[in-house]
Amino acid sequence: MIHYLFGQIFGVVFYGILFLLGQTLVTNTALAQPLVFTAIPDQDTERLQERFNKVAVYLQEKLAIEVIYIPVKTYSASIAAFKNNAVQLAWFGGLSGVQARLAVPGSQAIALGEEDLNFVSYFIAHTSTGITEAATLPDNLAGRTFTFGSKGSTSGRLMPEYFLRQHFEKTPSQIFRRVGFSGNHSKSLQLVQSGSYELGVLNYKVWEAELAAGKINLKKVRIIWKSPSYPDYNWSIRGDVDKIWGIGFLEKVKSVLLAITDKEILQAFPRKKFVAADNKLFIPILKTAQNIGIIRK
Amino acid sequence: MLKTSLILLTIALFALLAADIEVLTLDPWRELGRLTLGFFTPDFLAVWNFKEALLNTIVFAFCGTSLGILLGTILAFKFELTAVRLFAAFVRSIHEIFWVLLFLPVFGLNAFCGVLAIAVPYAGIFAKVYAEIIQESEARPRDLVPVGTSGVSLFFYAVLPVVWNDLKQYTAYRFECALRSSTVLGFIGLPTLGFHLETAFSEGLYSQAGALLLLFYLLVSSLRWWLKPKFVVLFSILSWSVLPLTTQFSWENMIRFFSWEIVPWPLRRDGFFAGTGEVSWNLNAVSEWFVKLLNEEIFWGVINTLILTQIALVGSAVIALVLFPTVSQHFSTKLLRQVSHLQLIVLRSTPEYLLAYIFILLWGPSMLPAIIAISLHNGAILAFLIGRHSNLINLCHGFPKRRLDRYFFEILPRIYGSFLAFLFYRWEVILRESAILGILGVATLGFYIDSGFAEEKLDVAFVLLLVTALLNLTVDHISQRTRKHLHLSNETSSI
Repeated sequence: MIHYLFGQIFGVVFYGILFLLGQTLVTNTALAQPLVFTAIPDQDTERLQERFNKVAVYLQEKLAIEVIYIPVKTYSASIAAFKNNAVQLAWFGGLSGVQARLAVPGSQAIALGEEDLNFVSYFIAHTSTGITEAATLPDNLAGRTFTFGSKGSTSGRLMPEYFLRQHFEKTPSQIFRRVGFSGNHSKSLQLVQSGSYELGVLNYKVWEAELAAGKINLKKVRIIWKSPSYPDYNWSIRGDVDKIWGIGFLEKVKSVLLAITDKEILQAFPRKKFVAADNKLFIPILKTAQNIGIIRK
Repeated sequence: MLKTSLILLTIALFALLAADIEVLTLDPWRELGRLTLGFFTPDFLAVWNFKEALLNTIVFAFCGTSLGILLGTILAFKFELTAVRLFAAFVRSIHEIFWVLLFLPVFGLNAFCGVLAIAVPYAGIFAKVYAEIIQESEARPRDLVPVGTSGVSLFFYAVLPVVWNDLKQYTAYRFECALRSSTVLGFIGLPTLGFHLETAFSEGLYSQAGALLLLFYLLVSSLRWWLKPKFVVLFSILSWSVLPLTTQFSWENMIRFFSWEIVPWPLRRDGFFAGTGEVSWNLNAVSEWFVKLLNEEIFWGVINTLILTQIALVGSAVIALVLFPTVSQHFSTKLLRQVSHLQLIVLRSTPEYLLAYIFILLWGPSMLPAIIAISLHNGAILAFLIGRHSNLINLCHGFPKRRLDRYFFEILPRIYGSFLAFLFYRWEVILRESAILGILGVATLGFYIDSGFAEEKLDVAFVLLLVTALLNLTVDHISQRTRKHLHLSNETSSI
């Protein structure tokens, strides 16, 4: 009997809580169509929300419409969201931007960080390997374990794989004893630093940020090669946004992004400032991706 | 039965020789200390931030299951049709996580995608189990109704009352599974508990991970108090009403997916670059494309999946045979049984995907963590089942007094048939799990499927998914044949 009563009370309380929570969810959805954007989860995934909510607040103020940031777990999810019009704006990597814009005719790259014009990857090694920094890719990398970042990353997979293939004239799985995909740049650093992989590669911005944050132990991990530069991260927008929010909206978003001077917002990326971009800028990325077969030709 | 067991063991030993079971981390136990510390210092303050994730986990599970029940019931009525049976077998042979990956490009990453990913495979499972329950139920009430009774009356008066309890029990069990599925889907990016679990684990925030896991166990273990049959309908309606369906359904995406994105690349290459989106028929190029796919991905994916499956199958069997005496009254005291029972419940309700994720964190992405994760999860389930089964046995007069003798000469021979039957039922489940763990970096089919989606090669991913389903159906078929051949008991497959 007591058991039965307990069950009843528990049930009623439980449904009550659920109903109240549900109410908050329902009231959160506004009437006018909000601008939704996302970003590739390239580093420190716990802080994504914190980083990009600042951007959302800024955009909402300047564009005078509701702006929502939605976090995603994978690069491909951000592309799928862009393709399906679940987001209209996105902070992509070089490669994910190309893939997304190929899938949505009329979409444009509108801005990129100043640093993204000349982006660089750092190849890193656990110090126990004894490999030191060199001007070209060291030959004694062969036969070791190596981790890329995400499978869809530009600085963590595409460009590093291209440079590796160029130097060794072999595929990564032929060069190394084992090839892994950590998922993001911070994770690659962590895996090499802990010795889970002997070698790895990451975006130089993440290396610098983690170094400044004191998260890198130079006794355990060091840079062994800095790659040549290439264009990378960019803001891309769907071509049909003018139809939803009026003619000139696309240009307005572009100018608002270029006008960001707030250090705190820029630090979230982290970039010095944003400069204008166009789709042509990323043709080298497309060609490279086709060259190694990530995008087919 | 001995012969079958020895064959399985031999295959597993050979598979072990071919398997990649290296420990990759330099110091495999370093993280374990931090992880354990995290679990003993759960950060409950952080839990409040996850309230929406908790709600989503429950809502997705209930919407998914209720839709699954609806579709499954419809299919169950027509289960005698071969087409329906094949369809049900096909949809349940693909894991929920793969369904999410497949639905993601069609619906986008939203609530609908999550609900369907649970509902579709569950519909296949419900169809099969409901049909089996009805088929195996007492037939006399059905035979006694007057000629000319309508099918509807027949069902409600002569079938449903007989099978009601079995249906209820099985459905309740499925709700528990759905909570697990819903949680795990977060690892792929849906806003459930798994989303935050993945972040917490990958960023090394183990106190947060500990709190989230405790929350999850609390949710699963409290089910029996709040999941009352009379509440289920109300509950499902509530869940549907709060489901955040903000994104509209888009036919455009649907059509693009089916008529374009999953078409083999050579057929759409010209149309892609010309921007016309036309399909050009070049069958030679398609066969070349397929052969390349077969050599480079399908072959290795299938081999590695089978290797992992066979090792994990025997691994589960060994763990079950070692652990079941701890919950059997013929071997253990009541106290020990209760403690062991709790331990098995924890192992059983921890999704194998999560276990594998943790072990890969500790030892790196070789097959070893995957083997241990699958074996522990399934071993615990089997141990629980045969432990319970062994408690039904009445020892005959003059049974062996030494426990070891009792185990080998009395209990084991008497439960071995049911044990094998249970094990063969799990075979297909283990295969599904082996394939899915590829997403975490082990080179099974899931690895190649994940790559296909990551590189926007949906046609490749689609073919690989079909291969995975086919492999699953084949193993399921072999398992059924073997069970029949060995005359193993055909108890309900509801395990």
